[in-house]
Amino acid sequence: MPDNVVAKTDAVIIGAGPVALFAIFELGLLDLKCHLVDILDRAGGQCTELFPQKPIYDIPAVPVCTGQELTDNLLKQAEPFNPEFHFNEMVTEVEKQENGNWRVRTDYGTEIEAPVVIIAAGGGSFMPKKPRIEGLEAYEDTSIFYAVREMEKFRDKNILIAGGGDSALDWAINLQPLAKKIALVHRRDGFRAAPDSVNKFKALVEQGKAEFVLGEVKELQGADGQLTGVSIKSKEGEHTHTCDTLLPFFGLTMKLGPIADFGINLHENLIPVELEAFETSEPGIFAIGDINYYPGKLKLILSGFHEAALMAQKAFRYARPDEKLRFQYTTSSSSLQQKLGVS
Amino acid sequence: MAIIVTGRDGASHEVPLETGRKLMEVIRDAGLPVKAECGGCCVCATCHVYVDEAWFGKVGDAGDEETDMLDEACEPGATSRLSCQIVLDESHDGLKVTLAPEYD
Repeated sequence: MPDNVVAKTDAVIIGAGPVALFAIFELGLLDLKCHLVDILDRAGGQCTELFPQKPIYDIPAVPVCTGQELTDNLLKQAEPFNPEFHFNEMVTEVEKQENGNWRVRTDYGTEIEAPVVIIAAGGGSFMPKKPRIEGLEAYEDTSIFYAVREMEKFRDKNILIAGGGDSALDWAINLQPLAKKIALVHRRDGFRAAPDSVNKFKALVEQGKAEFVLGEVKELQGADGQLTGVSIKSKEGEHTHTCDTLLPFFGLTMKLGPIADFGINLHENLIPVELEAFETSEPGIFAIGDINYYPGKLKLILSGFHEAALMAQKAFRYARPDEKLRFQYTTSSSSLQQKLGVS
Repeated sequence: MAIIVTGRDGASHEVPLETGRKLMEVIRDAGLPVKAECGGCCVCATCHVYVDEAWFGKVGDAGDEETDMLDEACEPGATSRLSCQIVLDESHDGLKVTLAPEYD
């Protein structure tokens, strides 16, 4: 094993949703730098994953904005503080070091050390929805995949893609040139995808380069992790479809994931925090936004923003124990304005 | 007025019907395990229910957005609906629904 390069910073934020993004700003005003880790491939959390185009009406002083607009504005606000993002990674371990810092490890092998960890993980990690088919686990990572990381891995495969959304159609189109055979199975002949993708896929079917199968995968056939076919059920009955690779794309769902193993107290999949700075049962680990729990908690973005501001005050004491914290306003403080790059 | 919700364990629950509210909300507020991840804006399919066949024609039709979203529901069937898209009124007194299974 090569030695992992350990990044050192002031705070590691788990999650990159709206509350995490505002935490960058609040920490930044106090000169604290941060790294963010998120399982998704971009910032915004639920705002960009679930409702990028849906209107939000309860952000103070913003009568209406979409999830995407809110995210874009928060990113712009955080930009002067140069946060480092680690996307497509999930934090798997948080470990106390002898020097008092926390060491955060991800499933990708990234290690970051910091005196402060902030869990801003919302409803948990977005993970693929796995169809409930008996024996599915036995084929995972050998014949069944929920994401395409390297296209080359799928060369000359007989691929069956399940689902009718953008991921299903995009991968059917993108993998078609290198697959031996490719088919898409979906429960109806309508799709929830960009019209351009739908047209491209339909053209491939017309040219005989891809197959469309109406129905749902009900059973898996094969042995030793090697898929040989699946049983597809439709209104017409059940039939076997030969394939060696299955890619189910049914969207994402939120799961708490490894946070349950961090050693902090939990309350029904939420993290109880104290009310001064939203610190967890572990000193130096904070939880803000939808994932925390305290009497009267409201799962609102604005509550998370408030929590981020208070958290930052106490985070400063861990990160800069020998320095004095000066509370200042961005409107009047020239030093804050310098940090923001506006003076 | 009440609706009858069958849980995933097969147990039946009588839930007070509150007119003007979403079916998902009254199920959730009754403490039954409906995930409703997105909070009721038709983008996650985790409030999926099967409507009793006798009632299916009386709860209105699913809109395009809901029909699309049902593709991501766990084991959708002929009477599947997203409970966040059904707004209750007096005519729903006695409505029977069953909570659909959840993804693993």
